[in-house]
Amino acid sequence: MKVTRRIALTLGAAALLATGCSGTGASGGQITIGLAVSTLNNPFFVELQQGAQEMANQLGAKLTVVDAQNDATNQVNQVQTLVTQGVKAIILNPVDSKQAAPAAKAAEMANIPLISVDRAVEGGKVAAEVASNNVSGGSLAAIELGRATSGEVAHLKGISGASASRDRGQGFEQGLNSGNIKVVATAVADFDRAKALNETTNLLQGHPSLKGIFAENDEMALGAIKALGARAGKDVMVVGFDGTPDGLKAIQDGTLAATIAQQPKLLGSKAVEQAVKAAKGEAVQQVVDVEVKVITKQNVAEFTK
Amino acid sequence: MSTISIRRYASENGALAGLLLLAVVIAVMQPAFLNAQNLLNVGVQAAVIAIMAFGMTFVVVAGGIDLSVGSIAALAAMVGALTAGPLGLVVGALCGLVNGALVSYGKLPPFIATLAMLSVARGLTLVFSEGQPHETDAVVTFLGSNLTPSLPLPLLLMLAFFGITGLILTRTNLGRRMYAIGGNEEAAKLSGIDVRKQKLWIYALSGLFAAAAGLVLAGRLGSAGPQAAVGYELDAIAAVVIGGASLSGGVGRATGTLVGALVLAVLRNGLNLLQVPPFWQQVVIGAVIALAALLDSLRRR
Repeated sequence: MKVTRRIALTLGAAALLATGCSGTGASGGQITIGLAVSTLNNPFFVELQQGAQEMANQLGAKLTVVDAQNDATNQVNQVQTLVTQGVKAIILNPVDSKQAAPAAKAAEMANIPLISVDRAVEGGKVAAEVASNNVSGGSLAAIELGRATSGEVAHLKGISGASASRDRGQGFEQGLNSGNIKVVATAVADFDRAKALNETTNLLQGHPSLKGIFAENDEMALGAIKALGARAGKDVMVVGFDGTPDGLKAIQDGTLAATIAQQPKLLGSKAVEQAVKAAKGEAVQQVVDVEVKVITKQNVAEFTK
Repeated sequence: MSTISIRRYASENGALAGLLLLAVVIAVMQPAFLNAQNLLNVGVQAAVIAIMAFGMTFVVVAGGIDLSVGSIAALAAMVGALTAGPLGLVVGALCGLVNGALVSYGKLPPFIATLAMLSVARGLTLVFSEGQPHETDAVVTFLGSNLTPSLPLPLLLMLAFFGITGLILTRTNLGRRMYAIGGNEEAAKLSGIDVRKQKLWIYALSGLFAAAAGLVLAGRLGSAGPQAAVGYELDAIAAVVIGGASLSGGVGRATGTLVGALVLAVLRNGLNLLQVPPFWQQVVIGAVIALAALLDSLRRR
């Protein structure tokens, strides 16, 4: 009796596994491209994936997406799995640029062309690199903040050790000398809106005369704006990064002074374009630079359509 | 084999039966699963969680829990990358000793003591690394590499740690005392076991194993990252439980833990091979963990 029940349960597990699956049979002649994303727990990369999917549909290619959930080792595993599957090209969005070489090697050993997207692959061979420059974006943010205000500013950082945070922070520091602003405080808020609200509240206690805040993403910028209340956009200027829908809305409302927009959909679609070319053995464009854009109240309308 | 012995075998190896069933289902739907290279990959992919989970098995058998293994792995790997691998192992064991001291002499619940260490070890990793990944030296990188193309060292290390774990659990006084403490701590105390001293060793072993897992992980990447192994403690606990150990202590085997770690690795590999959309993968993994635990609890009734 017990055995029967056990078998029934196990079969249930198998059925569950089966229903979760999409069709696996690759139809003849269709090119399959693998897309290894750093995390889909972030609207930015979901948009990147959507852009990639749209371009794949347009070009008649099949896209297989894997999600490393921000774990560099897991990503190596997933690239190995894509190789096993026999995809014709792999688009890699590294969890960490500096830890992506083994994943690149797995593709290289199987002679599968690799296209990096959004973040570079350090120490690995790539056929094409599709990216916007986070460092120069950070510098643009510093310039915008210097334009919007002068005096004491604070810097809200993302997850310690995450490459997006490193690059944006580095660019911001490089761009500081252009205006008349000085960083008097930094705080780590893990790219998280709620944490940024708390951190900014604390910062304001210690630095009541703060004139500006740079947040390494829009989520944190929105948390900072919440903490500033009526001061946001009046005597304290906030600059964010990403250009998310909520961020754009804050620019329209006048609480967010500027944001540095990447174009995730474009990143995804350009990457698939190059991947399909590489899979067919055609010439690829080795470096595809997808522009970052400064969005302020003047031009926000172009981005909200 | 008679029906009765098959039945007995199956009931003692519920997790193994589950693993085989899982493998069959995946192989039928995607034959590429059975490629030799893919099977080796799965073994390598299981290694880090498995080694960590072997250490966790000691703690769980003795009725405790260790939430700090992911952070200890990251700290040990970082210390290993900045200095030398063996020092990473020492640091891991030391962190474990502190856990053990907090639990046995400080009388803290293991959940709280190791939760504190989770934060301290992760913080120290960030302090030492300054938020940057650091390249590992040749020795550590060797741990994550292939001896020959078809002989990956992480796989061999996993099997070595499996053997060591089995020996400790079944052939040493320390192992037998783990079962005694986990089964009934009062009784163990009354029978003359120095429970507090044993717990020091148990948590130190868990820290040491976590450190070894961290070095293998860093070796695979050729680099130790400040955010490495976040959340791995939960995978390690899941592997131990899928393997049939009881979180209330006194029950658990090395074989079970190995199978548990393999179940997780096969699932992750298989779901990607079958092209299950990423968001659904998390749902399926959670459901399979729940089912495995459910099977186990039914078996024990």
